[in-house]
Order: sequence, then structure tokens, then C-alpha cells
Amino acid sequence: MKTSSFDKFLFVILIILSAFFIFPVFIVLINSFKLKFSIAATPFMLPTDETFIGIENYIEGVNNTGFLSAFGWSLFVTVLSVAAITIFTPMTAWYIIRVKNAFTSILYYSLVFSMIVPFQMVMFTMSKTANVLRLDNPIGIIFIYLGFGAGLSVFMFSGFIKNVPLGIEEAATIDGCNTLELFWRVVFPILKPTAITVAILNTMWIWNDYLLPYLVIGNDYKTIPIAIQYLKGGYGSVDMGALMAMLMLSIIPVIIFYLSSQKYIIKGVASGAIKG
Amino acid sequence: MNNPIKRWFPIFVIPTLVAFLISFVIPFISGILLSFTEFRTVSDAQFVGISNYIKAFTQDSTFLSSLWFTVRFALVSVASINIFAFLLALMLTRTVPATKLFRTVFFMPNLIGGIVLGYIWQVIINGVLYRFNYSITSNSAFGFWGLVIMMNWQMIGYVMIIYIAGIQNIPNDIIEASRVDGAGPFTTLFRVIIPSVMPSITICLFLTITNSFKMFDQNLSLTAGAPANRTQMVALDIYNTFYSRTGYEGVGQAKAVIFFLIVAIIAFVQLRITGKKEEEA
Repeated sequence: MKTSSFDKFLFVILIILSAFFIFPVFIVLINSFKLKFSIAATPFMLPTDETFIGIENYIEGVNNTGFLSAFGWSLFVTVLSVAAITIFTPMTAWYIIRVKNAFTSILYYSLVFSMIVPFQMVMFTMSKTANVLRLDNPIGIIFIYLGFGAGLSVFMFSGFIKNVPLGIEEAATIDGCNTLELFWRVVFPILKPTAITVAILNTMWIWNDYLLPYLVIGNDYKTIPIAIQYLKGGYGSVDMGALMAMLMLSIIPVIIFYLSSQKYIIKGVASGAIKG
Repeated sequence: MNNPIKRWFPIFVIPTLVAFLISFVIPFISGILLSFTEFRTVSDAQFVGISNYIKAFTQDSTFLSSLWFTVRFALVSVASINIFAFLLALMLTRTVPATKLFRTVFFMPNLIGGIVLGYIWQVIINGVLYRFNYSITSNSAFGFWGLVIMMNWQMIGYVMIIYIAGIQNIPNDIIEASRVDGAGPFTTLFRVIIPSVMPSITICLFLTITNSFKMFDQNLSLTAGAPANRTQMVALDIYNTFYSRTGYEGVGQAKAVIFFLIVAIIAFVQLRITGKKEEEA
């Protein structure tokens, strides 16, 4: 196909728009190398000989916010929660579809219902419950994320399982597989594309989540969003240089993750996945 | 019928079920109950009827104003995000070079978390306003438009991806046929393309409406409600009622129930309306 002159014009427009989309991240990047007093008033100026201070803001920020431990906790909570969701919710979804009774349909509709309920509705009572049950630690919160992630994940898995033909499963049963083997050897491999999508959507949500971890474990264990909110919301004047450096450090892993799994992310979003 | 799967209930269902009960079902039900009580720590709850609901509207001037602010914000954001995203999707489904690269760039902001997003835009908006001796907190209009711009930057790419998928699903011969019949580009757009992507429009409206109403992190980091709570959205108002005013926990919970009902009703009505349009198309 040939590119018409109208499409060439659109191409130029799209380049300009792309610049607008990249601009905010670029501003954070250049300011993270600038002297902290030359940021607020002139954020759009490139570093000069006088304002360029190398990676000093990064050192300052990492030391003041405990960024490395925040990064560790974010990674810990995200990886284990996503693993728990990706292991348990497809099993539940499969059970719901294959065992049709009043209980499974009530469970299914309650899970779907939970997707539209605003977090503020349960935030206070959930954090109290977590506290009473001693789930207010980095292990316990994984369990809470399994509960909150179950709605979307079961919904997406069951949508897919409905189209998996029963014949494959029956053949495997005749071959002597028990139900657990049947699920992990036969059914789960078929669900793999959905499992990748579910894992990615939950990763994006849990990595960036602020209020839930803040209320449940925020006093003792700070994830990255909590550490940044502390840096900015703390008393005294804000160290703008350190803030810029920390923003940049929190964007970099996200961009690496995005560029490495972009194909799946775009596919997952295009399939109409809903996450609020 | 003895379904052998049933025996595996403890492994297949119990973990998800218990987690769901603890983190959602029990808090949700006790949240509704607590909205009719006065409490500080839950165990000291005393039944007070609907007085929390009355207080939410009467004693508390911030609730209604936050609701109104949220509605205005949602209207402007939902319209702008969907229009811009749809236009981008139209451009990126043509024979323009490097469409994949553009898609990657436009989607990128969506992965950045709400707290981080807010501080990025605070620096930029304050940088512009500084030249006129203002800051984002000096006037609620700055905060409003700041929130709208930020939300657009974050959501356009996401919504665009869904529209692109919708447009690519339209069979080519339908568009060809309308061209052969002499339809101009605008007739094709309104008579063929838009009706065919109604399912995508349903999803995108649902997504943008619920996300706009529920916005919290970005609101907290960009303006934190300043000046004088006039850029405070409902989610942030509920949070502040709970955690910065002792004795108002019951009122906070009542507000949360009202907020939940509003979101649920809007989502339901919207899915109904656009769902009908889908059937007609």
C-alpha cells in the first residue's frame, strides 16, 4: 500500500503528539540532574554548567526515602500476589464453569459485582479486618490482593474457559488423570494466553497501588508509591531534586517492564479487559 | 450425577473464596451495617439509624461540593478522553508509517502509577503558572484543568488501544461497499465505523466513567484538594472524613455507601443504554 499525502500529513501530526506524550517524562529526567533550587521556577530549562549536579539527587533521594527497601517491598508484594492470583483464580474459574449449581453462580456474580465497588466502600473495614486477623504484614497482604484481584481474574478466566471443549478434558480423565493433574496438565496450558494477560494487568495494578498497602502495611513497610508520598507529604520543605530523582527511579522499572512485555500488554488491553 | 470435580472443592475454591470473603465480602457487609452506627474502632459501634446519612449532606459542606466537582470532572474527562482516543485510533488504523511505535508511545503513561503521575504534572503545571506568579493551588480552576489534562494523558492510550481493536475488527468489505455506494468519509464514519464499534464504545465509556469517579491517587498527589478542599473529589473526601476527623467514621462510611450506589447506578444505566445501541447496530 502506498502512503497518501494525507497520511503523510497525519504522520507529522502524530510525531508532534508523540512529543507531547513523552514531554512530561523528559522534564522529570532533565530536572533529576539539576540543583534542587533551580527546579520549581524553571523546570523547562535544560541543565547548565551551574545547575548540573550529576547523580547527587539520586544519592540524596535513595538515602532519604529508603528507596532500595521500598523497591524490594514493591517487588516482593507484587510478584507473590500476582503468583497467588495466577495460580488460584483459574482453578476457581474452572470449578465455577464445570460445576454448575446455586453456590458457584452466587460466587461468580459476587466476584463480578466486586469489580465495580469503589475501594473507599471497604477501605476502613478491610484494613480493620486485616489488622485483627494479623494480615497486616507483607505475607498477609498477598492474601488480601488475592481477594481483591479475584473479581477481574475469575471473570476473565471464565470467559475463556466457556469456550474450551469438554471433549479434551473427558479424554484426559479416561487416561487416568485425577482432577488436579487434569487441570494443570491439560486445562491450564490452554488458558496460558489469558493467564499472561491476567498476570500483567494485576502486575500493573499492584505495583502502582497506593492506598491499600498504605492502610494495611504502610507504617512498617513502605512500597514505592508510599515512599514517594512520604517524601512529598512530609513536614518541612520538599527536596525537589530528590523528588525528581525518585520519580525517575520509579518510572524506569515500569518502562523496562513495558518494553519487554508490550506485546502482551497491548493484547490484554485490546481484549477489553476492565480494571478500575 | 456425581461430578468428580466436586471433591476437589477445598483446593480449587477455598483459597480464593476465603481471601475474597476476608478482603471483600465481610468488609462490604460490615461497611453497610456500620454506616448506620457511630463508631471509632468498630467494636464500639452504636446504632444511630440514618443520622450519618443526614449528617453527610447537612453538617458536612464538603461532601456535596466534592460530588459536584467529581461529576464535572467526569463529564469533561470522559468526553475528551474518548474523543481524542477515537481520533488517534482512526489515524493509527490508516496507512501511516510507524503506527506500532506511535501506539507504544501513546500507551506508555498508563503504566505510571497515580501518585507518581500527580507529582510529574505538579512540576509541569507549576512551572507554567510560576511565570504568572500563580501555583496550581492558587485557584480551583487550575486544579480542575490540571486533573483533566493529567487524566487525559494517562487514559487516552489505553482507550485508544480498545478503539483500534474495534476498528480493525470491521470487515473490510463493509467499508469498501459503502465507498462503492458513493459514501464520503464522514458518512462512512458515522454510518459504518461508529455503529460497528459500539461494543468498544460501551467498554471505553464504562472504563472512563468508573475511573473518573473513583480517582484518588492522582487527586491526592496533584492538588490534595487544595485550595480549601475545592479540588477534592469524592474518594478523597471520604478518605479525609475517615482519617482526619475523629468521630466522623460513621459519616465517612455513610458517604462511602452513597458513593458506591452512585457508581453502581451510573455503570448500570450506561451499560444498559449503550448495550441497547449495540443491539440496534
